[in-house]
Amino acid sequence: MEINGYKKEFELYSYGHGNKKQKKVQTTKKNSSLYKIKKSVSDLLDEINIQDGMTLSFHHHLRNGDYVLNMVIEEIAKRNIKDICLFTSSIFPCHEPLVEHIKKGTVTQIYAAYISGPVANAINNGLLQKPVIMHTHGGRPRIIESGEVTIDVSFIAVPTCDQKGNINGSIGKSACGSLGYAYTDAYYGKHTVVITDNLVDKLDEIHIEGQFIDSIITIDSIGDASKIVSGTTKITQNPIGLKIARLTTEVIKHSGYFRDGFSFQTGAGGTSLAVADYLKALMLQEKIKGSFASGGITGYLVDMHEKGLFEKLYDVQCFDLEAIRSIRENPNHIPISASKYANINDDCIVSDLDFVILGATEIDLDFNVNVTTTSIGEIMGGSGGHSDTAFGAKVTIIVSQLFNARIPVIKDKVICKTTPGETVDVLVTERGIAVNPKRSDLIEKLEKTNLPLMTIEELKNISDQLIGVPQDISFTNDLIGVVEYRDGTVIDFLYKRNENEEK
Amino acid sequence: MELLKPSKAGTYESNDIYIMLFPGQGKTSIELESVVFDTFGSQIKSVIQDVLEEYGIQNVMVKAVDKGALDFTIRARMITAIIRGASNE
Repeated sequence: MEINGYKKEFELYSYGHGNKKQKKVQTTKKNSSLYKIKKSVSDLLDEINIQDGMTLSFHHHLRNGDYVLNMVIEEIAKRNIKDICLFTSSIFPCHEPLVEHIKKGTVTQIYAAYISGPVANAINNGLLQKPVIMHTHGGRPRIIESGEVTIDVSFIAVPTCDQKGNINGSIGKSACGSLGYAYTDAYYGKHTVVITDNLVDKLDEIHIEGQFIDSIITIDSIGDASKIVSGTTKITQNPIGLKIARLTTEVIKHSGYFRDGFSFQTGAGGTSLAVADYLKALMLQEKIKGSFASGGITGYLVDMHEKGLFEKLYDVQCFDLEAIRSIRENPNHIPISASKYANINDDCIVSDLDFVILGATEIDLDFNVNVTTTSIGEIMGGSGGHSDTAFGAKVTIIVSQLFNARIPVIKDKVICKTTPGETVDVLVTERGIAVNPKRSDLIEKLEKTNLPLMTIEELKNISDQLIGVPQDISFTNDLIGVVEYRDGTVIDFLYKRNENEEK
Repeated sequence: MELLKPSKAGTYESNDIYIMLFPGQGKTSIELESVVFDTFGSQIKSVIQDVLEEYGIQNVMVKAVDKGALDFTIRARMITAIIRGASNE
């Protein structure tokens, strides 16, 4: 099988994958020029001789407030350039203008770990010429280092930069904190461009060194500060979410891995944050101290760090203003690259994780998880670090309501396999807890508690009885996407929905 | 039961359904909008149809806006709308 625009030889994922090491391409970049500052994006595009078919990279640290990707692609479209491959870390609703550039063939291919909003809809409707490649946060640096994709120009939006191109993400009016996803782009881009709205003479603290930067462009604003980070991230007020969080904390407590020096990661969703909050109380009560918390960092984890509950925070991405303040102030709140975070060819943090708390759109009887599509098979999300952390962590816990608004979480088979079931250990719902049968050690420990343990089949029966069994969704043979596991094997394919279905 | 006037029941909240009944339309029709149309559309319509038959209601246009209600909720909202529409008060 050959996939338009994708690597010629690829393997399908099978059990046991995820540890394969590949040779790194070494970068020897050292640009010490004193004349990096360029007048405008337009001037730069002339200088680097932008051409059809090039691969351009962008990071998503400005999240839904990003101006830079739209601005650059607009300039490129003005020049009637075609067939651009966008090698992004994620795409958000603010990137809606891309839809026009996709329709016109300016952009024909996208790599991303997460896509939401109008661009996802455009891909679902089959508008993108080549299938989208959905990678993982750890897979992205691996793809670049292994040479599977060569970045012609890396565009790096940066909150603060000095004259030499040294970069800091935590200061400036558009501060976003850690720039984890930008490191590999800076190291491996054939030409690396910094776009900033805060050029300073000298930086005291440097996230990425100027030797990797070839050009610097100053613009008025790189993003909408109110959308770059949430002011505050908050725990859920939903009693069902709180119950799930409480049960999850009990699972952690009795798992056998809750001891001094343990490590922890959780997302920024309301239920995941509630787990962090309950865990804090438990750690104080049991006088247990952890070694580190990692991933996207929120104010809740900062609070735990500042109370001495986690010695270190390894931060690939800041989710709120508290996290940005902390990364500026706390020496043990450490910015890390996506490679250091989750790349299988690196000595990565996720491999040292004891617990990770993750969400799911769907989970099936084999514990495979879908976070890439909706329950009707439309792309709306992606792995991000989901499958990376699930692989690395000793105890991977999925937290979800058993159903919500008649959408069940447990299916016979997931529509899209984002994270393989053999890396998922526990599902916690409000009506019961299912442990992956291969984790007999966890089952043995949890059976000694009064936690509501069930098989995943039993949980599914409860769900089916209450909501009924959903009708199957049908798909065409039009391939719209490839889901790539962290080691580069293909774990699933995404097809266009069948529009002839009776509505 | 006979419907004397248009009636409604339910809310637009998640997990609920908003039912509107318009009597005297000459025939019975069901217009459904649902967040789970692709997976439960026909099931929701059949629950609505069942309740109409149980109460002997004909010649009514049902407009339903569903936010993921379960069958018992759909039944409850339908019955409430019917009783409201059948009353003169």
